[in-house]
Amino acid sequence: MKFSGLRTYAVLYLLFLYAPIVLLPVFAFNSGTVVSFPLQGFTTDWFAQMAANTTLRRALTNSLIIGGSAAVLSTVLAMFAARASARYRFRGKAPVMGFIMLPLVLPEIMIGGSLLIVLLAMGVKLSILTVILGHVLIATPYAITILSTAFSSLDPSLEEAAYDLGETKWSTFRRVTLPLVLPAIISSMLISFTISMDEFIIAFFLAGNEPTLPTYIYSQLRFPKAIPVILALGTCLVVASIALLTLAEYIRRRGLAKTGAKDSGGFL
Amino acid sequence: MNKSNLDEKQMIEFRDVQKYYGDYHALRGISASIREGEFFSLLGPSGCGKTTLLRTIAGFEDISSGAVLIDQGDMRDVPANKRPTNMVFQSYAIFPHLTVAENVAFGLRRDPRTKAEKQKLVDETLAMVGLSGYGTRAAHALSGGQRQRVALARALILKPKVLLLDEPMSALDRKIREQMQVELIKLQRELGITFVLVTHDQEEALVMSDRIAVMFEGEIAQLDDPEELYRRPKSRRVAEFIGEMNFLPTDVIGESQGKIQIEVAGLGRAQIEPGQVSAGMGAEPAVGFRPETMTILLDEAATQDREAAGTIAEVVYYGDMTYYDVRLDGVERTVRLSMRNLFGRPVLEVGMRARIAWSEGALILFR
Ligand SMILES: Nc1ncnc2c1ncn2[C@@H]1O[C@H](COP(=O)(O)OP(=O)(O)OP(=O)(O)O)[C@@H](O)[C@H]1O
Ligand SMILES: [Mg+2]
Repeated sequence: MKFSGLRTYAVLYLLFLYAPIVLLPVFAFNSGTVVSFPLQGFTTDWFAQMAANTTLRRALTNSLIIGGSAAVLSTVLAMFAARASARYRFRGKAPVMGFIMLPLVLPEIMIGGSLLIVLLAMGVKLSILTVILGHVLIATPYAITILSTAFSSLDPSLEEAAYDLGETKWSTFRRVTLPLVLPAIISSMLISFTISMDEFIIAFFLAGNEPTLPTYIYSQLRFPKAIPVILALGTCLVVASIALLTLAEYIRRRGLAKTGAKDSGGFL
Repeated sequence: MNKSNLDEKQMIEFRDVQKYYGDYHALRGISASIREGEFFSLLGPSGCGKTTLLRTIAGFEDISSGAVLIDQGDMRDVPANKRPTNMVFQSYAIFPHLTVAENVAFGLRRDPRTKAEKQKLVDETLAMVGLSGYGTRAAHALSGGQRQRVALARALILKPKVLLLDEPMSALDRKIREQMQVELIKLQRELGITFVLVTHDQEEALVMSDRIAVMFEGEIAQLDDPEELYRRPKSRRVAEFIGEMNFLPTDVIGESQGKIQIEVAGLGRAQIEPGQVSAGMGAEPAVGFRPETMTILLDEAATQDREAAGTIAEVVYYGDMTYYDVRLDGVERTVRLSMRNLFGRPVLEVGMRARIAWSEGALILFR
């Protein structure tokens, strides 16, 4: 085979990428306390311990609140920016858009550090609110990228037609624009949510005493005893991610089918 | 064309409408009026401002100065969603997430009528545009011609005073385009609604319109009915844009007894009426005439008209017509003539000598 070298490479690459993730559930159900082969026996204890752990529950609740808020806020902000950049020509558009997209390339440690300094100087108390603020900042550029594509592929005369048929600017948005960009809005919320869920540095800097999932996991890795519980948690997260992604793709495809648009790539 | 039963009420009036896009002067003092119930076309080359002018009627474009009146009312502070106009967009702008019936009923949301009455109205309107039974189809699964019908139905169901159409036929292939042209004319006549059509296709404008405004660079160059526009173009530019016209350099010799004496290259001396004179482009005076106003004389046929002679340089055969490019004797000019291919009339060949009959009345002097 001409491509056998390449094929081997691809297989090894995928193995390297996903094998550790496959090991997560394997050890999460292993009754041994040490993460090593041979496997000891089957148990669901780690999951029970995980569910009983109040700090972990608190970290999870915090992360869900932060992720949900960051997803909604950054998507709403990105909708304004994306629509403006798709529809209007205005003075200073390029620099303004560049500025909004900047967190995409800025090291998070710089963002986290400088936000911390500014917030402390302003006397703001660190809490999950400050983490939400930081996460909105870094998730918005991703949301804009997704939404810009949707808004700029929308025929401008659709909105004009609705307005011409007697709708107001707002009801035009509700009856025409929103249904047509809804799949992109859902994608954007999911991506923002995911970014926030596993963000560590900003959460570490800005959360004060509140744990989030990543900071909690990091703090537990020091205790070998806690590791199987973390693996159980990891297993749950992987399952949740796959479920979310599948849902997102399903919604996206349904949206495409309904409007007869061409499929131009998605998650799956 | 239904000019006979037009009353003279104005439906739309432009008063010195100016429009700037930044520094770009897109509309340069448009003053014109469109009568109630007429089929009016805005015709011109790409970029002349037709769409911009149409959009000032719809209310999508603010004007820099001047006024647009619809049914005697100044539209300055009336937004597009409150104007008695509806638009058929070039892309048709069919809402892809709705069915055909939902698209057509889109503008009825604030209408106080009952659901059943609205349903009936939608069905009637769909029937009117020839789409009975298509109501439950997904709008994105329609052909170009069907989309256009949906766009028409969606606009007409609101009974606008004016229907605006921006190049509605340009996305259709020729066969369907010609069919839609005929249907649009019929529809307009039945409904009596004022139609304003934007097109860059002079043939389409001539076929469909009661009156045509020819636009160049943000100005109306001529506003007339199709026949007048074709027969009496007011400038060389209009003449070149509408149909085909031959031009021959001309000397103006003088005027006597209300007639103008001219010397036309290749045709000779002629006398024309003052009504046959149009404004030129500031360049040299020239005489223009349409291909069909001259005939090639076959065999020994005699004519009451004037005669000229030349050699056939090119033959273009169209089935019902043949176009001949004839090089006139004595001048390095070819003119294009068109001849109906009547039964028994031979098609001539390149290189043959031709005698041409022409009449002074068909000439237009541009100077
Ligand atoms: N939003 C805009 N901003 C700047 N210039 C514009 C804008 N809209 C139109 N123009 C310019 O105004 C001129 C007239 O445009 P318009 O769309 O009215 O032309 P048109 O006659 O409809 O041409 P076409 O046949 O190509 O549609 C063009 O030169 C165009 O570039
Ligand atoms: Mg146009």
